[in-house]
Amino acid sequence: MLEFDLQENGLRKLNSALHDQKENSNQTVWKVTNPKGSHSIAVGIDAPIEVNIEGSTGYYCGGMNKQANINVKGSVGPGVAENMMSGKVVIDGDASQYAGATGHGGLLVIKGNASSRCGISMKGINIVVHGNIGHMSAFMAQSGNLVVCGDAGDALGDSLYEAKLFVRGKVKSLGADCEKKEMRPEHLELLEQLLSDAECDAKPEEFTRYGSARKLYNFNIDNSDAY
Amino acid sequence: MNKIGKTKIPHTTPRYSATFSNDINSDIRRAAATGIYDIRGGGAKRKLPTFDDLLFLGASISRYPLEGYREKCETSVTIGTRYAKNPIELDIPITIAGMSFGALSGPAKEALGRGASAAGTSTTTGDGGMTPEERGHSSKLVYQYLPSRYGMNPDDLRKADAIEIVVGQGAKPGGGGMLLGQKISDRVAEMRNLPTGIDQRSACRHPDWTGPDDLEIKILELREITGWKVPIYVKVAGARPYYDTTLAIKAGADAIVLDGMQGGTAATQDVFIEHVGQPTLAIVRPAVQALQDLGMHREVQLILSGGIRNGADVAKALALGADAVAIGSAALIALGDNDPIYEEEYNKLGTTAGAYDDWHEGMDPAGITTQDTELMKRFDPIEGGRRLRNYLKVMTLEAQTIARACGKNHLHNLEPEDLVALTIEAAAMAQVPLAGTDWYPGKPGTSY
Repeated sequence: MLEFDLQENGLRKLNSALHDQKENSNQTVWKVTNPKGSHSIAVGIDAPIEVNIEGSTGYYCGGMNKQANINVKGSVGPGVAENMMSGKVVIDGDASQYAGATGHGGLLVIKGNASSRCGISMKGINIVVHGNIGHMSAFMAQSGNLVVCGDAGDALGDSLYEAKLFVRGKVKSLGADCEKKEMRPEHLELLEQLLSDAECDAKPEEFTRYGSARKLYNFNIDNSDAY
Repeated sequence: MNKIGKTKIPHTTPRYSATFSNDINSDIRRAAATGIYDIRGGGAKRKLPTFDDLLFLGASISRYPLEGYREKCETSVTIGTRYAKNPIELDIPITIAGMSFGALSGPAKEALGRGASAAGTSTTTGDGGMTPEERGHSSKLVYQYLPSRYGMNPDDLRKADAIEIVVGQGAKPGGGGMLLGQKISDRVAEMRNLPTGIDQRSACRHPDWTGPDDLEIKILELREITGWKVPIYVKVAGARPYYDTTLAIKAGADAIVLDGMQGGTAATQDVFIEHVGQPTLAIVRPAVQALQDLGMHREVQLILSGGIRNGADVAKALALGADAVAIGSAALIALGDNDPIYEEEYNKLGTTAGAYDDWHEGMDPAGITTQDTELMKRFDPIEGGRRLRNYLKVMTLEAQTIARACGKNHLHNLEPEDLVALTIEAAAMAQVPLAGTDWYPGKPGTSY
């Protein structure tokens, strides 16, 4: 394991070293100490490595990640794993706004709560939140799955496209064009896999599925109140 | 006919209302029939104060000119000198503005790359990601980072020669994008991760940052992902140019792209295009003032866009302090958009060459603003690229002609003192004297 003290060596050196890792690197496990809320830690990695961050981070931790497994032993600031392409990012604590924003792939696990706009504009990423999520989550979410083991705030799934939303607890309100959907066997199967990958012991049957009513897909004046 | 006694009362000539003009009346009838606002492409069509309201003074006894064709007048510009390891070096100060694959056909994007590369300048992606054709044919490609993040990925980000964070666009400051279902072909849908045929709405705000302090952190993230190699531009609409330029500089931008309301869009509400924003002429001096106040003029480059059409516009933009300009609508016209050779087909669409702006419907007879495979076949990207190169060369020659006449051996040596204004409005906006006077409204030390 390689240990990297962020305060001593600086962000540029850390990200530069992580970017230099290739597919067949034998330096597969990295430990980052003293993150102290710094922004842009472990962004843009493209290698099958493991990065363990020992503490809380600022904005955009794990941004645009490809292949890597990133574990944060603390909480994260806004935009964790934004635009992630693949790999896995696990947060032991809570996440601020925009968690997993625009992510294309991979799995984001938040063991605490996530703030507002979790999964905004998601494009294929899977997000599992063990706790609650804030308002306007999954706004304009295009594809992928958002699993919430707790409650969801106001306007869940506003202007939703094809992403699937699963909530175990209460939903304060649904956004425009988001509706409750039937939970079919394939959804239960999908949910079981996601919960297992996220090390969450909730049961798929406890969840309700939400998705797009698809009424805003093509402009219709009769739906103008929804805009 | 009415009479008073034996006197016939003559009719007055029919008199149209300036308030309820034929154009306005047709808007009202259209709204009443459809219940939907009018959507169109392009920039503001209304009459605005423009660079045409400025004139160069040329040389005289107090200034001597350079010999045309013999004495050199340089045109190169380097963008991204503030932080980027690899700034972009352009042969000419005219770049191609961001236009999306989706709004434009693949061959049209290829032609923009070909023409720009042949002229030694850059082209720019749009709200749809980077296509291999575009990257392959563009020697210098600027990758737009937009609120929608359609097609955004770190691999393409690292293939770019510069990154342009788009905050706003002159045609619709504060507005998001729109690409109607007719143009969401399978390929466009796949690149944007959307179902085929739906109306695609793009958000008006970035999903993971808000405000100048966040922007600074976002710029840091993009620099870290790309190893601080490429310049990062920030594009803003010309809404509050002094403050937006100041904040973008503070956030760490290498260059500012400033877009006036004549700048085109693929599709937006007509009311938005015509009634929100400021004319290009009005936005350049406040932005330059912001750069100067922070000691960043020429260190953070200013790229001005919105209705730039010829070498005179280029020279005027540079004289007012811009480092380069960007063209979009003009580039499309150079490729063949709105060409009268398709007049019959424009007529069938209920319009005429020169006025066609329903680009969002995907029926472009010139095969440029369409995803229809049959229409696209009409457009030859090699010929289109050649035409664009020619046009860029002519614009450059025109700007050089003016600069030499003003005694300048580089286009960047043009200055506000080379200009006068034809109208009080233009004098006020450009802060150059009204022709025949030494005054402009708001000039320091005057009490007008």
